[in-house]
Amino acid sequence: MTLDARIGLRLGSLDLQVELAAHPGEVVALLGPNGAGKSTVLRCLAGLEPVDSGRVSIDGVVVDDPAADVFVEPEDRPIGFVFQDYVLFDHLTVLENVAYGMRARGVAKADARQRALEWLERFDLATYSRQRPGALSGGQAQRVALARALATNPRLLLLDEPLAALDVGTRAAVRRDLRQHLASFDGMRLVVTHDPVDAHALADRVVVLEAGRVVQTGTLAEVTAHPRTRYVADLVGVNLITGDVVDGVLTTPTGARVVIADAAAGPALATIRPHSVLLVRGDATGSSARNSWPGTIVDIDRLGERVRVVIIGELPLTAEITAAALDELQLRLGDRVHASVKATDIEVTPA
Amino acid sequence: MTRRGRRVGLPLPALLLAGVAVAFFALPLVGLLWRAPWSNAWTYLTDDAALTALRLSLVTSLCATALSIVFGVPLAWLLARVDFPGRGAVRALCLLSMVLPPVVGGVALFFALGRRGVVGQYLDEWFGVTLPFTTAGVVVAQTFVAMPFLVITVESALRQLDPRLEDASRTLGASRWYTFRRVTLPAIRPALIAGAVLSWARAFGEFGATITFAGNFPGTTQTMPLAVFLSLETNPEEAIVLALVMVAVSFAVLVGLRDRWFGAVGRPEQVAP
Repeated sequence: MTLDARIGLRLGSLDLQVELAAHPGEVVALLGPNGAGKSTVLRCLAGLEPVDSGRVSIDGVVVDDPAADVFVEPEDRPIGFVFQDYVLFDHLTVLENVAYGMRARGVAKADARQRALEWLERFDLATYSRQRPGALSGGQAQRVALARALATNPRLLLLDEPLAALDVGTRAAVRRDLRQHLASFDGMRLVVTHDPVDAHALADRVVVLEAGRVVQTGTLAEVTAHPRTRYVADLVGVNLITGDVVDGVLTTPTGARVVIADAAAGPALATIRPHSVLLVRGDATGSSARNSWPGTIVDIDRLGERVRVVIIGELPLTAEITAAALDELQLRLGDRVHASVKATDIEVTPA
Repeated sequence: MTRRGRRVGLPLPALLLAGVAVAFFALPLVGLLWRAPWSNAWTYLTDDAALTALRLSLVTSLCATALSIVFGVPLAWLLARVDFPGRGAVRALCLLSMVLPPVVGGVALFFALGRRGVVGQYLDEWFGVTLPFTTAGVVVAQTFVAMPFLVITVESALRQLDPRLEDASRTLGASRWYTFRRVTLPAIRPALIAGAVLSWARAFGEFGATITFAGNFPGTTQTMPLAVFLSLETNPEEAIVLALVMVAVSFAVLVGLRDRWFGAVGRPEQVAP
């Protein structure tokens, strides 16, 4: 009952060599920069792109194995695919879009429409059933795409940049919504994204892909603490802090207070880049930073000239400093430090 | 304000040139109308020979359109979607009859499908089928010159269609054939209609290939264009009336082919964000 994939594929300038696994009930985020081959991996799993070498099995059934001359067509794989920009059928109504998969599999028209309507009700879309997809908002279109994919009862759900087509204003709400809907599905889920915030909100585990290779896997916290490449460090390995914002102060579930420059109130996700975190021994008074938290160094990880210092305390944080600064401060495991961050260096998005 | 708004974006020289172009197309029609023998028009129109030619033209051109669709859509799909070596050459070959003088096409068809032709001799020998100088021959000649119009229109629409629509259909459990019928065809419908109408118009007006390959026999191969040509020598007045009938039929169809069909040709499906 798992996804087990070894994918070898050359496609234009992309040279893909990826090993990937997912288990039922698990949400895996495939993170990586543009052109890393994330979407191509999804297409391989879906059977839209046959692999050159390797082996893909879903739920114990081999669906692609060129060496054994096995290839299962996309329509015969137990998958659901939510495309980037959703790719709904504009010539069909919303209801017909959701019923499409069942109709294609030979379910009688009335039955398929009835079940499609139930899906639409579950996704709060019943009132739009007769409309064309073109009339929907981005968030609604995404829900239709998700309902359409789930209506065929897949074992493996593949989502390609499900939030990329949305504007900033609706993104948080749709992300929250998507998280709920993903949670209600018990199969394997694989989400492609380039945004660590999305990965944090949606996934249990991340797989970081760079130039066709898996460079790192683990929980987002593990990846943040020990990034293996520059890309991972800069774009994936950021501190993500959830909490509630009241009067410009975000309070975490553990009670830490983070002063932010953003005025928005309510549940929020704060992003702090490790290189924005300043470390001092002892007391932080005298710094212009409005945020200062005491903590203990539990990990020091060198990545070239940069060093990641992991601190636990009231607010667990990862800081990134230069190797020279580490030597100068003479920081060791177990040392007590103060970590400070300027309010203006904290990005806040509604969660 | 409305006048101002309407003039925005059209510089005067372009407007003048466009006006000349419209006049260029309108004047020959005016010429026909000017010389038309209106008092005798009804006699010519109800003439048996004229009606026979018109009926034959309508039947053969519709048959040619149907054949163009049946073979042209798969051909367009092949050219648009399958990347095979020599695709450019195959496309050029299939569109050649658009630029070839129709008489040359007719002669070539004769050597291929005529009673002594490369394929024609076997058609005759094995199946007893002779195409030249038959109504079926007219359809073949018309299809030969008309199908490229459908192929080129549909291929362009297929190229502009988001291939992920077909991918989405496949991942939902639809076979290639179900996908083609339920997703691809509806998405390219405007282009298909436009291409079919263009093909029909070309078949309806076809002259050179028809007269070379199928001859000019009243009742079996004498279509309207042929009847017009013939009567030009014997009875110019009748020729004008017949010509006006062709103009009226073609004009009605092209007007029916509304802007939205042309406008929607090949526009990729888009989902509002």
